[in-house]
Amino acid sequence: ALALSGKQSAFSTDEKPNSFEEITNYNNFYEFGFGKEDPARHAGALTTDPWSVEIGGMVDRPGSYGVEDLAPESALEERIYRLRCVEAWSMIIPWLGVPLASVLNKAGVQPGAKFVAFETLLRPSEMRAQAGGGIDWPYREGLRLDEAMHPLTILATGLYDKPMPNQNGAPIRLVVPWKYGFKSIKSVVKITLTDSQPRTSWQSLQPSEYGFYANVNPEVDHPRWSQASERRIGAGLLGGRQETLMFNGYGDQVASLYAGMDLTQNY
Amino acid sequence: MQPVNAFLRRVPEWAVWVAGALPLALLVFDTFNGGLGVDPVRDIEHRLGRTALYFLIATLAATPIRKLLRINATHLRRAIGLLSFSYACLHITAWMVFDMGLLWPQMLKDVIKRPYLIFGMAAFVILLLLALTSNRFSIRRLGIRWQQIHKLIYPAAVLASLHWLWALKLWTGWPLFCAGAILLLLSLRLPRVMGGIKKYI
Repeated sequence: ALALSGKQSAFSTDEKPNSFEEITNYNNFYEFGFGKEDPARHAGALTTDPWSVEIGGMVDRPGSYGVEDLAPESALEERIYRLRCVEAWSMIIPWLGVPLASVLNKAGVQPGAKFVAFETLLRPSEMRAQAGGGIDWPYREGLRLDEAMHPLTILATGLYDKPMPNQNGAPIRLVVPWKYGFKSIKSVVKITLTDSQPRTSWQSLQPSEYGFYANVNPEVDHPRWSQASERRIGAGLLGGRQETLMFNGYGDQVASLYAGMDLTQNY
Repeated sequence: MQPVNAFLRRVPEWAVWVAGALPLALLVFDTFNGGLGVDPVRDIEHRLGRTALYFLIATLAATPIRKLLRINATHLRRAIGLLSFSYACLHITAWMVFDMGLLWPQMLKDVIKRPYLIFGMAAFVILLLLALTSNRFSIRRLGIRWQQIHKLIYPAAVLASLHWLWALKLWTGWPLFCAGAILLLLSLRLPRVMGGIKKYI
């Protein structure tokens, strides 16, 4: 694959990114199996070209968009973000992508739209675990419109100057750095603007454990484990743990989105 | 089954310990040869925990195997049980040192609050009690009570299995299979179940 490059961004952290090896061999992408190594092992089977994203619902220009239309190479930015998994581990990842807002503006968001719903590809012939149960496929996620339009929210098409590896959600995936990783849906084929809050996969599976917002919050524990601290992948055997930051450290940028909301109720 | 039993009678306890140390040797080898992948902490912790559970299941299997297949490994059962306890000790040590980084306040808070840790710690306390009373002196001293105490391995196995299931986001094949194996081995303790099976073999 050809090398990509992205403009530097003020939103990038100056923490040292995890290695390409780490980022591409430790993934939760249940479409390819439940183990962290399964995506690296099995995602090669996924055809990512041709690919199109169906944008519909409350937009002025609904239709089928190519990846290059949504995220042209010339518009790519490098965003070095913290990624915090709900399982209490974290990484630093140098994504390449475009603000989701730029994509939504291409489709023209209509005034009544309040939420954005996303869907991953459903193709059991290439995504082997979709043949089994566990999750009601396809995987679904959603954001409030203001979260979707926030400049931190991107659609990523690459990492480390390379096109997105399949196991990381090729060819195009969402990245919302202040939310637990499962919100950042991979291999997106459908984006729908709606006026009602969409059901998401984890919320449907375990409503008491996974909410719609899923903001990183050290004070609101997962019912079965603590979210107060996290283990940084690559820190070594004696790397220990570090404190988890409110909104994964992006509070200055996003806390205002949730002003007045009870985050213990809206977890 | 005579040849099998004749062979088993000649197996000394230390041979079980040597064989039981192999999973640990393999884990140490993998740790120092990059065989653990991107997150060695998780692999070490989980492999130790799974091994402890496998030895616990093997301990539970001794009696049904003797009754159903007439294969007698009872004299090796103590060593297998102590291996389970040893791996449980290593599993907890890996959790405390590698996973939690000796973050005592969070560890203590979690142990009393999180069901999966309560299950795991309860199982460990039982295994500790069984290990402490596994010597000849305790067997002689406790008499009939020894048998009663060592039936606590049944709840320990159930708790260990729940500990695993409760730590997962989704219930997947292998941990469910292990839980099923434990339930099967426990059901064979019921006279009615064992009697029913014996009629057909």
